[in-house]
Amino acid sequence: MDLHRVAVTGLGAVTPVGNDVPTFWSNLLAGVNGIAPVTHFDTEGFAIKLAGELKGFDPHVYFENVTDLRRTDPFTQFAVAAAEQAMADSGIAGKVDPRRMGVYIGSGIGGMQTLMTEHAKLMERGPGRVSPLFIPMMIANMAAGVVAIRTGAKGPTLPVVTACATSSHTVGEAFRAIRHGYADVILAGGSESTVNMLAAAGFHNCKALSTSDDPNAASLPFDLRRSGFVMGEGAAVLVLEEYEHALARGARIYAEIVGYGNTCDAYHMTAPHPEAEGAAEAVRLASEEAGITGSDADRIYINAHGTGTHMNDTVETLAYKKVFGQDAYRLHISSTKSMTGHMLGATGAVEAVAAVLALRDDAVPPTINYRDADPECDLQYTPGQALHTPLTYALSSSFGFGGHNAVLAFKKVTD
Amino acid sequence: MKEKLIKLIADYKGVAVEEIASDKTFGDLGLDSLDIAELVMQIEDETGVEIEVSPELNTIDKLAAYISERQ
Repeated sequence: MDLHRVAVTGLGAVTPVGNDVPTFWSNLLAGVNGIAPVTHFDTEGFAIKLAGELKGFDPHVYFENVTDLRRTDPFTQFAVAAAEQAMADSGIAGKVDPRRMGVYIGSGIGGMQTLMTEHAKLMERGPGRVSPLFIPMMIANMAAGVVAIRTGAKGPTLPVVTACATSSHTVGEAFRAIRHGYADVILAGGSESTVNMLAAAGFHNCKALSTSDDPNAASLPFDLRRSGFVMGEGAAVLVLEEYEHALARGARIYAEIVGYGNTCDAYHMTAPHPEAEGAAEAVRLASEEAGITGSDADRIYINAHGTGTHMNDTVETLAYKKVFGQDAYRLHISSTKSMTGHMLGATGAVEAVAAVLALRDDAVPPTINYRDADPECDLQYTPGQALHTPLTYALSSSFGFGGHNAVLAFKKVTD
Repeated sequence: MKEKLIKLIADYKGVAVEEIASDKTFGDLGLDSLDIAELVMQIEDETGVEIEVSPELNTIDKLAAYISERQ
């Protein structure tokens, strides 16, 4: 069977640094920090004080009637917002056979706020008062379900749940589906809404979170001072489209997606493999499929997973060294989580958007607040300021609890 | 009772009470089975009457009569 090329023809995002793609991207390049004191709940009694929350996001803009809004958890609302932005950006509406259009939007956790609200009702008022909307609102596939309803997409629809790698996997699997001819267009991405008391307690108690109360000294990827990640929220969706389909309708093509690596550490529930086995293999697979070699290194941007946990950043650095050897020192790497926090199931798609725009603009967004070098993390992490340099490829890496690894490779379109 | 139900449903849908006709079916008011199940809980809480949902109980007028008989 012939393999198809796959283009990125639309982008949408709601993030802690902007509720649309142009704002998100200009703020990333300017090094704007989206991390701030938590407003979604009172942090009295909690060790964590900061999060990357959305600012001024109004779901009513995307939901014409309140009944539809009431029937969705915020994670679905964020996904709808990102998907509708991406659809509008691509101009694809009405230009694809609905049976050839799919939705691959995942969430790491799903409707956790809904779960908490309904659990409280169960405990306080008994089983008869648990909402009939509880299950449909909570289940993590519902963002994909609702986006399909709203866009009329009737082709393959496949949410993924791989924790923090979720939406790198959705984008990668969507790429595969189009590459092998199962769809012409797929809305691919992820969404997360977990800045709440239960998630804060759970992540903190498994020692994953920074407890800093200084927004500029909390999410510190690759910095020696790093002590955990900062929770973020939001969503991003990319319109992936079969290349000839995009050309035929005169679509603007942001970039081509040319590689995908999907592996598992098969090692530990939360810790990465100390020798970066699975992560390095995912980087290698994506690079190999993309045709990337070490000689390209100074024209490669890597949007790192870069969570700011001790283990991730050390192991991730090791993974790039294992794949690229000495050439790894010429790679342009950054972690935009220094600005957005860790958007969990949304983070892969958000960072894929950043990777695509980095290629378009030959611009590497910075790792902000980077100060103290760690001898174990000794690559180029683009500290402080964006770097303007010619790029050919962009990789975006995500590694999740469960040992899930996903790496995407994008290429600048020149022909 | 009828006014109370109209108000409750108008609030649920986020529309003016004038837009809610008490003789229209719930389906015609744009409410599906999930909405009705959700609304019935609220109505039970506010009226203290337990409501056995059935296909015949499909307008505000009929529901108001049902509740009034049992209060």
